[in-house]
Amino acid sequence: MVRLQSPAELEELRKHMLAKRNTERSCITICSGTGCRAYASEKVSTAFEEEIKKQGLDNTVDVKTTGCHGFCEKGPLVVILPGEICYIQVKPTDVAQIISQTVAESKIVDHLLYADPVTGEKAVHESDIPFYKNQTRLVFGNNSKIDPTNIDDYIVLGGYSALSKALFTMAPEEIIKEVKDSGLRGRGGGGFPTGRKWEECRHAPGDIKYVIVNADEGDPGAYMDRSLLEGNPHSVLEGLIIGAYAIGSHVGYIYVREEYPLAVENVFIALKQAEEYGFLGTDILGSGFDFSIKVHRGAGAFVSGESSALMTALEGRVGEPRPKYIHTVMSGIWDRPSTLNNVETWANVPLIINNGAAWYTSIGTEGSKGTKIFSLVGKVNNTGLVEVPMGTSLRDIIYTIGGGIPEGKKFKAVQTGGPSGGCIPESLIDSPVDFDELSALGSMMGSGGMIVMDEDTCMVDTARYFLDFLADESCGKCTPCREGIDQMLAILTHITEGKGQDGDIELLEEIAEVTKNASLCALGQTAANPVSSTLRYFRDEYEAHIVEKRCPAGVCKALISYYIQPDKCQACLICLKNCPSGAITGAKKQIHVIDQDACIKCGICFDVCPQRFSAVKKISGRSVPPPPPLEARAIKERKPRRKR
Amino acid sequence: MVSQIDPATIDTIIDKYQSEEGILIQVLLDVQHEYNWLPQEALKQISDRLGIAFSEVYRVASFYKAMSLTPRGDHLIRVCLGTACHVRGAPRILDNVEQSLNIKAGETTQDMKFSLERVNCLGCCALGPVMVIDGEAHGNLVPAKVEEILNKYD
Repeated sequence: MVRLQSPAELEELRKHMLAKRNTERSCITICSGTGCRAYASEKVSTAFEEEIKKQGLDNTVDVKTTGCHGFCEKGPLVVILPGEICYIQVKPTDVAQIISQTVAESKIVDHLLYADPVTGEKAVHESDIPFYKNQTRLVFGNNSKIDPTNIDDYIVLGGYSALSKALFTMAPEEIIKEVKDSGLRGRGGGGFPTGRKWEECRHAPGDIKYVIVNADEGDPGAYMDRSLLEGNPHSVLEGLIIGAYAIGSHVGYIYVREEYPLAVENVFIALKQAEEYGFLGTDILGSGFDFSIKVHRGAGAFVSGESSALMTALEGRVGEPRPKYIHTVMSGIWDRPSTLNNVETWANVPLIINNGAAWYTSIGTEGSKGTKIFSLVGKVNNTGLVEVPMGTSLRDIIYTIGGGIPEGKKFKAVQTGGPSGGCIPESLIDSPVDFDELSALGSMMGSGGMIVMDEDTCMVDTARYFLDFLADESCGKCTPCREGIDQMLAILTHITEGKGQDGDIELLEEIAEVTKNASLCALGQTAANPVSSTLRYFRDEYEAHIVEKRCPAGVCKALISYYIQPDKCQACLICLKNCPSGAITGAKKQIHVIDQDACIKCGICFDVCPQRFSAVKKISGRSVPPPPPLEARAIKERKPRRKR
Repeated sequence: MVSQIDPATIDTIIDKYQSEEGILIQVLLDVQHEYNWLPQEALKQISDRLGIAFSEVYRVASFYKAMSLTPRGDHLIRVCLGTACHVRGAPRILDNVEQSLNIKAGETTQDMKFSLERVNCLGCCALGPVMVIDGEAHGNLVPAKVEEILNKYD
């Protein structure tokens, strides 16, 4: 690679690359995000490479492993260009057929197409699938077109043109003004205006300043930053370099979770390639601007994702937050001015520089501009990463894009904002999603986790779950957070164990108030949100647990029982063999019975009982009917097993 | 505990970061990767080489989840308890693994074969509930499948 010395050389290189690429040539792209990899997409890529060689097509067909496409539910995903034919859940055994039919003869392999679960209608092209069709993929869209380990792919799509524009046609102040005018707000959770942060840091006294990418994505159920960094790392680097130039920083950090090995790997490759082309290092593109980036692996601490804590961790110390009466833009790493933004925030910057603030503000709502990537997970048909304009309704996201709730179950709530957020009930599902609207509903945007819950989710257990998470992750430095969370957790645990008593709800509300008002950092200040929001919208579930000792969703172990309905049991022995605690007695032609004292309520019998019998029943709030006496357990007449 | 560390290996790790500031966490992570845990001799050597008090090294090593101060088993099982996995029944999976191995999360079996950890999100939510054994993901789990999967690891 040749180090580029000017914007003209970059454009020359881009032209040269474009000319070399034949857009008519067949290219098989295979999603290699973490989700698809877990479905063995690497074996699929290998199978494609081998099959192409076998059929002697090496010179006419390319194979490209790309970043995450987002539709993780249906992985491994394969898209064949130029026709954009999309196959889902592809197995290595499907590969020969795809090559001989689709690649060689342009025929569609019908059984690999996406079929609408309701209408059965098939979609040939990726963009026809409702999951993709209803999204606006400005930031995330290039993931599926890029091999993240090849910078050329990014350059071909116009990569680093925003950097070149910023360095050669804009003064730092102009860049900051553009970002301010765009209304971009931090995607990591707080929603602080990005341009203002940059401006304050630029004006902060000091010669040495830092810029930081926060890729310590800790919210459980959120993985968009991971997919962006893994799938399109250069978009984040480009944003960071532009930010550094605007602020006047020459050293940047990427703080990435050690739990994301692929992201770490791809970032290192991207840094090396960017440096070789001269987008990093000294005299970037011949502009005279110097900038380098260091990678710091986070060692697993949720609280270290908080900005001041993250900066302490970058110094190699215990990542605990500090009071922020002095802002980190004035005094961050090693007490020097530091600007920290989330992965997605940085990736928005090249778009704003290229297209202008006016274009950016045309997308979104009054107070929240642009798009937002959400990780749509939990009890929803189309699990995956979804990018929509701010202001899109929860209903559109969950039903139009997400395809609704699996198995015909009833929607109960959607949890947004991670452990700092809250649960939004069905009655508010038409609310538009933006920073201010979600806060008004008692939840928050957070980094973009959106966990869908159905009728089988217990809201008291959900609150307990988050408090348990936070008790584990609180650093313990300040008392209101450490003790408040612990006490709320103790009360919630009691309630879910059937030991709840009168006054528990009021006590929870009181502790929630103090924890919110007196904690040092955002972790503690928002820790009570899961409790407050479930109390606000699902108080009746708390009361059922406390008063009736009943878990309406049938989740809380201490409040549920399993029993076998004698009239339905066909004595098939399946539950008996699978019961890990030996609690089930029975024999061939003898009705099975669960010994309630020995039952550990693991629910395996409920899972394995054949659907056509459905003999195992789960109940809550009432006692188990006595089993039939031993002499009455014989099954005399064999019922017909299956109607044919 | 019999010493298994090779001081030269740790020196090599530290030398890689020569003259950089704030490298303690990175060094500890690399040593953790090398030995699968952080033996006390290693912490002492790091403390000496970097000129950071042993108490501070210990504080950092005990704060972060990725670091282990006790030896881990041959196979590391991570059961994801992220929210997406939680609503899809992850607690039942964890219960089942704990019962099958007769250990609690955070512990190692007596034969040093398995270490069990609960993690707060592995970022592959579409597969939930999921557990990862030695880096290999097992998704869409049901409790009845757990034992069969564990039996595959020796």
